[in-house]
Amino acid sequence: MIRRLWKFNGGVHLPAHKEESASHPVRRAPLPKRLILPLHQHIGESAEAVVKAGDRVLKGQMIAHAKGFVSAPVHAPSSGVVVETGDLPVPHPSGLSAPCIVIETDGADQWTQLQTHGDYTRLDPSALRNIIREAGIVGLGGAGFPSFIKLNPGPGKAVNTLILNGVECEPYITCDDMLMRERAPDIIAGLRIIRHALRARECIVAIEDNKPGAYAAMCAAAAGTDIHVVQVPTIYPAGGEKQLIKVLTGMEVPGNGLPIHIGVVCHNVGTAAAVYRAVEYGEPLISRYMTITGGNIAQPRNLEVLIGTPVKDLLDECGWNPATLDRLLMGGPMMGFALPGDDVPVIKTTNCILAMTAADSQPQRPVMPCIRCGACADACPVNLLPQQLYWHAHAKDLDKVQEYNLFDCIECGCCSYVCPSNIPLVHYYRYAKTEIWAKEREKQKAEAARLRYEFRLQRIEREKTERAAKHTQKKEELTAAPVDPSGTKKAAIVAAMERAQAKREEVKSEE
Amino acid sequence: MPVSVSTVMLRVVYALIPGLIAYIWFFGWGVVVNILFAVAIALGCEAAMLAIRDRPLKPFLTDGSALVTAVLLAISIPPLSPWWITLIGTAFAIIVAKQLYGGLGYNTFNPAMVGYVLLLISFPVEMTSWQAPLMLITQHSLGFLDALRIIFGGGLPDGLRLDALTTATPLDTLKTQIKLDHNVDDIISTAPIFGHFGGKGGEWISAGFLLGGLWLLYKRVINWHIPTAMIGALLGMALIFFIIDPAHYPSPLFHLFSGATLLGAFFIATDPVTAPASTRGRLLYGALIGVLVYVIRTWGGYPDAVAFAVLLMNLATPTIDYYIHSRVFGHGENRKD
Ligand code: SF4
Ligand code: SF4
Repeated sequence: MIRRLWKFNGGVHLPAHKEESASHPVRRAPLPKRLILPLHQHIGESAEAVVKAGDRVLKGQMIAHAKGFVSAPVHAPSSGVVVETGDLPVPHPSGLSAPCIVIETDGADQWTQLQTHGDYTRLDPSALRNIIREAGIVGLGGAGFPSFIKLNPGPGKAVNTLILNGVECEPYITCDDMLMRERAPDIIAGLRIIRHALRARECIVAIEDNKPGAYAAMCAAAAGTDIHVVQVPTIYPAGGEKQLIKVLTGMEVPGNGLPIHIGVVCHNVGTAAAVYRAVEYGEPLISRYMTITGGNIAQPRNLEVLIGTPVKDLLDECGWNPATLDRLLMGGPMMGFALPGDDVPVIKTTNCILAMTAADSQPQRPVMPCIRCGACADACPVNLLPQQLYWHAHAKDLDKVQEYNLFDCIECGCCSYVCPSNIPLVHYYRYAKTEIWAKEREKQKAEAARLRYEFRLQRIEREKTERAAKHTQKKEELTAAPVDPSGTKKAAIVAAMERAQAKREEVKSEE
Repeated sequence: MPVSVSTVMLRVVYALIPGLIAYIWFFGWGVVVNILFAVAIALGCEAAMLAIRDRPLKPFLTDGSALVTAVLLAISIPPLSPWWITLIGTAFAIIVAKQLYGGLGYNTFNPAMVGYVLLLISFPVEMTSWQAPLMLITQHSLGFLDALRIIFGGGLPDGLRLDALTTATPLDTLKTQIKLDHNVDDIISTAPIFGHFGGKGGEWISAGFLLGGLWLLYKRVINWHIPTAMIGALLGMALIFFIIDPAHYPSPLFHLFSGATLLGAFFIATDPVTAPASTRGRLLYGALIGVLVYVIRTWGGYPDAVAFAVLLMNLATPTIDYYIHSRVFGHGENRKD
């Protein structure tokens, strides 16, 4: 079926570098000796460990449970013994360490008892969401938002269009492509489960037109259903959620809104496959397809990798050369980030390990002043004015950058890519965002402290008046009952004095 | 593949070539001498200023921006101007209008136009005694050495008189004659300085710049907004007055192919550093330049107006940028276009 497609502003055509890794079938990566599982692999609150060092765990067993609403549990990807829980380096742009559970695998790869759920069409949406939540499934396309939340449109919101994103527009990455080629039926089955949960009217699978193999496989798997498999023109970042929605529906997600506000929900193809495994077989999310590629890799390819596998194991598996390694990235060349080392593990959202030699990157030209040529604005898919953002971010004018809609920036890197002055624009935007968040937190802290202080003043005031009231009451009692059987009166006074003293001390210790 | 600043600047220079060839064809070697001299001075001043300001020499000397400024300025001044005219104009453009404002990317005004206006105001005689096209200089051929000699103060070759060498520009001639209450058609058909639509030679030079400008558009070095808006507004103004009174107001075509209209529209007004950033801002900017060019040409005291119009609008650029932003994705109306 021919669908009308729309266009978004700008975008860039990038050298694809996809052939290298997409020409071998996917195989399972060997079982690593150690699995390192960060408790925070998704957007939202960290999971909370429910095992401790010395515990024996089975494959698929929950080892950390979701804490709070926006959170996802973590499961053991293989059987073994927990050897350590504590802070270890994790894959994060900040390069900091964070709490992890380390499992030493025993080689048996023994599954825990999995619970299956029978025919999903008999389950109601909330039961389905629960299964998906318990399986620890998060968006596998990038950000890692817990998927069950995006299966709940919320009261009074109907889902018109459910989009399955198989665009994979970033260079080098081919894991979704390979997944669609090899597991199209799983993806379509997962899509139907998601559709059931959302009661979506229409389903679209979007694939960039440079992936004919994946397109054919998905068409075959969707044959006989009313699911539309659509090819979209290859241009970066067509796979960005808001850009894809624009291309497919012509509608723009409001600047500070979510797709659901215009009746659209997007999921990644990998997520759909994981949903299918979880609902059909009760399998939690413990592995995924991942691309290991870049000029430094001898045999670039896709592997099915257990979550928690150290990056070094994967590099070893595909052959690499530490001597010529120039940059080691997690994710693609545009939106990925540099890894602090090869000892960090891969996590649920890892789609690519990119090991580049110096020859892979463009030769570094010197950074020149902005000549206001506007190439960045022409390339920006969000229609921002990147040079103005840069100007104000550079001047640390945090109010101005927000006026220029800094928070609409999706950090796609198109602007930096086209800039003739070679200015690392996105770095400035990331920096400004972090600064603003830090300021926000400071402000909240100060606000909380102010409130605490005011409450205390109020309480002291209240206690004072209460005490005064009691005092007068006592006085009245005393005058009303002049004759007192002496002992009780004295005891009451002593007790009151002690109470007052205790109160005072309590107040003091709070200061 | 993304390009670098020097590629952008070099493309601008390449795009000037067709117009330059026509210019040299009609006006001779003085053009070449002026350009070479201006480039040498510009690079020298740039290097000196970079050294004083403690900036790295190599990236900034090779970025091509001083080259563009020098060539544009050299094109704007009369072909056989004395050497010190070029020297003062170029040095002022690079040292004051560019480097003292902070160098590449930081200047508020188009440096070449600042240099030009400084010369026009300080040395009106030299700047308005334009060399006549070669075809009109019949007594003597004008070779490269002759040009060098005239420019560097060696005096005129034997047999050539100054009044034969120079003449008022077509725009100037027209203005003075109209003041004397002559009819536009008569003026253009009688004075030898005019060609088909504009000045003799000038119209071909303009056509050359148009060609180069279109190539810049094709190469996406410039956007269509500013040239289109500027030319559109100028033609619109000219058309209105031409319809009202064709005897006193020359046709839109004359305006298009006279003076620096096309050079200005594609090479000067499009200088990104001094133009607004947003699409709508650029349209407004271009259109106002077009209007100003017409107004200054028709009622102002100076022969050509592109330099003044551009500088005035450079001044307005920050204000335009302040008020006009582009519509951000997901902000404003959700329409299916
Ligand atoms: S692309 Fe670079 S030089 Fe051009 S306007 Fe944007 S930031 Fe400035
Ligand atoms: S990184 Fe931000 S500013 Fe730059 S092109 Fe992408 S969305 Fe626009």
